[in-house]
Amino acid sequence: MSGADIRNFALFVALFAIAACLPYVGGAFMLTLGVTIAMYTVLATSWALFSGPTHYISLATAAFFGLGTYTTGLGIEYLNYWLLIPIAAALGAILAALVGIATLRLSGVYFVIFTLGLAEFIRQIVTWSQNFSGQKGLYVLTDLTEVHIYWQLLVLAAIVYLSGWLIGRSRLGFALRIIGDDEEVACHSGINTSRAKVLLFMVSGAAAAATGAILAPRYIYIEPSLAFTPMLSFQVVIMALLGGTGRLWGPVVGVIPFTFLLEIISSNFPNQTTLLLGLSFLVIVFVLPKGVVGLMQSTKARMQRRGAFA
Amino acid sequence: MSVPVLSLRGATKRFGGLVAVDDLDFDVHEHEVMGLIGPNGSGKSTTLNLISGALKPTSGTISLRGTPIGHLPAQDIARKGIARTFQLVRLLPSMTVLENVRAGAVFGHRRRWGAEADSYAMSMLELVDLDRRAHAHVDELTYIDTKRVELARTLASEPKVLLLDEWLAGLNPTELEQGITLIHRLREEGRTIILVEHVMDAIRSLCDRCVVMSSGAKIAEGTPQEVLSDREVIRAYLGDDDA
Repeated sequence: MSGADIRNFALFVALFAIAACLPYVGGAFMLTLGVTIAMYTVLATSWALFSGPTHYISLATAAFFGLGTYTTGLGIEYLNYWLLIPIAAALGAILAALVGIATLRLSGVYFVIFTLGLAEFIRQIVTWSQNFSGQKGLYVLTDLTEVHIYWQLLVLAAIVYLSGWLIGRSRLGFALRIIGDDEEVACHSGINTSRAKVLLFMVSGAAAAATGAILAPRYIYIEPSLAFTPMLSFQVVIMALLGGTGRLWGPVVGVIPFTFLLEIISSNFPNQTTLLLGLSFLVIVFVLPKGVVGLMQSTKARMQRRGAFA
Repeated sequence: MSVPVLSLRGATKRFGGLVAVDDLDFDVHEHEVMGLIGPNGSGKSTTLNLISGALKPTSGTISLRGTPIGHLPAQDIARKGIARTFQLVRLLPSMTVLENVRAGAVFGHRRRWGAEADSYAMSMLELVDLDRRAHAHVDELTYIDTKRVELARTLASEPKVLLLDEWLAGLNPTELEQGITLIHRLREEGRTIILVEHVMDAIRSLCDRCVVMSSGAKIAEGTPQEVLSDREVIRAYLGDDDA
């Protein structure tokens, strides 16, 4: 590891240590916001791991998240909770692999529509099977509190960051960047483009499913419209784009302000939340097409240029 | 004679009713520079696409050292040792010159990684006289330099066969001279090359042998002198009156 790597790693550990102390200093409200931020950090960062380099916009986050939630909901009576998280991650990876093999050969728009449809499709199946069995929802009763969920999400976030960092330095990460730049060049350079994309999509799906599994106890009562809500997929995309997908730390820069914005909008305008969310999405796309990270990079470049002329 | 590095037998490509490549046979031997020439629309680029795996032949076989490769996807063909440049230069826009070349070194026929990949990519940049610009971003380059990057990227994979699709097209006279010198250098190194080209001077000075195509079929084969004086070839290029 180079000097810069060690410094970044130390910074990373320090930030996580500070984040881990939140339950001791903040109140219940801060902790609730903390859980939301941690949850969207995992979802948006793992989403950007795949969608950042490939430019494939996935709206399947809710499908993976709901799958994870239901893994905990259905499994909690029979299995240890700590086993359910890796099981959910494995199921998420399998679902991602199936979806990936079926759709990643499709180009952009078809992929977006398919992933949106997938989440809805799974939701309908779950709803249908619940009607069939006479059950309406699932109770997830554990003795886990908000604090435990928060810490679990932090650990998951750390795992996502470390995987992202390792992937970025691997052949797979380099292959993904080449694919994002020019898929034709990628396959003529000897890259198995479908395999690279499916592998990354699996990482992303596993992280989202694990997040769902961890959050299930927080909801206590889960039902399809909550676990598979399409809003979740859209919010993850907005947050990741607001932060910027060019850097590993980009999405979290979008997650934090957006969570506060969402909080302000939903507490002050409970009836117009969706409308205002839509507006803020438009503003973000128009004003910050490359996210906060892109803005920072172009500002830096402009200042360097001015410095060079001065 | 030894097994040819690359051979096409009855290679055919149909697009609906149009036969773009019609029952094409030819061999390329080791250390040979073969020119694939013919008027526009005669199927040269399609032939190159069949060899590189960008398109699948409708029928016929393409083999690399006796092993059929016609049915393989482009990435497998690249890994087996066929590298190509594109008629319209294709670079990786988000990366530096060195990273572009590294793509060939990391994923090509001979796979390298880390410092080894970097130093090999660097030596390929030296070969194409672009080592000074290694850390430049690709959008800062002149036209010929973008072509050099693409060439270095294909060379970095240590291909058994190099396919150059009109690599000299669009260069000004000075650049053209540099470009021909560069390909001469590759020829001296004993590389096996197929070049699709329109620049006749380049064909005369670079090619050991030429295959001439017209309307998808091979109409002549031989040394550049032979084929360029062939009546059939002149007719294909210039029409009946001049033949």
